[in-house]
Amino acid sequence: MPGSTAESVDEDVSSMSGHILKSTLLAVLGKAPALRLNPKPRRTWRLRGSAAIILPAVIIGVFILCAAAPQWIAPYAPSDMDDNAILAAPSFQHWMGTDQFGGDIATAIIFGARQSILVAFSAIMLGAACGSIIGLVSGYAGGRIDAAMMRLIDIWMAIPPLLLALIVAAALGGGFLSTVIAIASMIVPRFGRVVRARVIGIKILPFITAARTMGASWVWIVGRHILPHTGTVILVLTTVGVADAIIIGASLSFIGLGSNPDQPDWGYMMSEGRNYLTDAWWCATFPGLAITLLVVSVNLLGDALRTRLEPGRERG
Amino acid sequence: MWFLLRQLGSAVFVVFGAITLVFFVLYMLPGDPAALVAGPGASPAMIASIQAQLGTNRPLWLQYGDYLWRLAHGDLGTSFTTSEPVISRIWAQFPATLELTICSCAIAIALGVTLGVVSAMFVDRWPDRLIQTGVLFLVSMPSFWIGILLILIFSVLLHWLPAMGSATASQLILPSACLGLNVSGQLERMVRGSVLDVLHEPFVATLRGQGLREFPILFRHVLRNALIPVITLFGVLVGQLLSGAVVIETLFARQGIGRLVVDALNVRDIPVLQGVVLFISVFYVLLNFLIDLSYAWIDRRVRG
Repeated sequence: MPGSTAESVDEDVSSMSGHILKSTLLAVLGKAPALRLNPKPRRTWRLRGSAAIILPAVIIGVFILCAAAPQWIAPYAPSDMDDNAILAAPSFQHWMGTDQFGGDIATAIIFGARQSILVAFSAIMLGAACGSIIGLVSGYAGGRIDAAMMRLIDIWMAIPPLLLALIVAAALGGGFLSTVIAIASMIVPRFGRVVRARVIGIKILPFITAARTMGASWVWIVGRHILPHTGTVILVLTTVGVADAIIIGASLSFIGLGSNPDQPDWGYMMSEGRNYLTDAWWCATFPGLAITLLVVSVNLLGDALRTRLEPGRERG
Repeated sequence: MWFLLRQLGSAVFVVFGAITLVFFVLYMLPGDPAALVAGPGASPAMIASIQAQLGTNRPLWLQYGDYLWRLAHGDLGTSFTTSEPVISRIWAQFPATLELTICSCAIAIALGVTLGVVSAMFVDRWPDRLIQTGVLFLVSMPSFWIGILLILIFSVLLHWLPAMGSATASQLILPSACLGLNVSGQLERMVRGSVLDVLHEPFVATLRGQGLREFPILFRHVLRNALIPVITLFGVLVGQLLSGAVVIETLFARQGIGRLVVDALNVRDIPVLQGVVLFISVFYVLLNFLIDLSYAWIDRRVRG
């Protein structure tokens, strides 16, 4: 990288001021870090250390609180319809506006959190469990079982994910459980593949051979020795998967294959609000904002966990 | 040659598997299609005669065998609702989806590669931070929310672009921007990581040592190597674009394959669903097959 200018700037500045001005100027000019004379690490915008975990965790915590006890938080009851404020703009009474029946949008979002989060978390639990079992068995067994399972996963992945979720949700007839299974069905193959790769890496290690020599059964080896070592990769995949599950869940509801219109979730609210885009932008915008905020937090938490748990695998 | 045959064999196998999987999943669709075709208030005898006509009253394995037999002869069946051949319904809708996919792909690649390269050039400095923050939001926003925001800004507020329909070129801009933005985030992350990996390779240090300036190194040497792994992601991206098209075509009231799926789901038109899913899977598998081939052709290390 070009170095001469950085050094001259450095000399000019160091005589008259301290580290702060120098580093600021260098940062503004964008000089190469390798040539920096100041050995202290720069302050950066990225959340570092525990802040990277605490901030998203707090936001997720607030959403979970909304899901657990919406009646404590929401300003109104979900059945409250304000006849004087049909499609009213955001105001002090309704700080996210009202929908076509005069229902408060903020209230609906807080009550919708339960459905959206419950679907996503149930789906990821189911998907992670099935996918991990497939990965563990396939990776440890190897040979024909492995080959057969991997071909199955190839087939599984030949159908674009949302399309698969769509037909599974429709085939199971809608409702909470079918949405959960539909979302899980697109999470399973990804888990299966990654966990399998990790298992293959672990099973050649000497301690597994030692356990086998001692006569341990394969169930014991997989459960007690291999599973704990795949824990981090499963955890990281789970956080990424939750983000996807929330978005796919919302997409299914948006198309009209959601869980239950009696308990409107965010995707359903957006598909309703879409009909009033010209008159009432707030109907569809705020539920989308809620989804985005939650997914951003989940992704941030996932990145932080990945940096901590899988050092050297930060990228990609 | 063996490499090619093996790849082709597994591609055919995967498509066959996907056909079977979709057949049995769709068989579970609740509701009798014959009753839906007959309409409300039809007599049981009428429903039975329609069942016989559609062939849905036969045993499952016979239906499956029959389906495969007709498929082998290039017949995707006829739509339950419109009685048209499924293939003609797909061909009528495919161009709209194809133009949407190509346009959004172009936007995603232009944006993703540019931002990724800029991000890698300024790694850990403010342009990188800014782009990474933007990308975090792009990958976290549901595609249809991006679409709604675009409609609100460019149609409702500024009146620049139409929000609905699929007849003119201006109606293509918002949907493809929406899908392209949605996918560009992931592409950016991949390009950034890949460029950074290559920048750390010894040959870059050699070039720097030889006194080459950063720009020629980046564009002539690094990018050429860094974009190879990105090609594999291309197949995944097209899969996501096709998935996204289902939602986006519904949102923007566009014609297209995605819309066909949603409409067919609502009326339980099983042959159309089977046909579309088969069509998309074949397209997807074929694309990935071609990518694998081109990958082996571009990067000789893969052939081993």
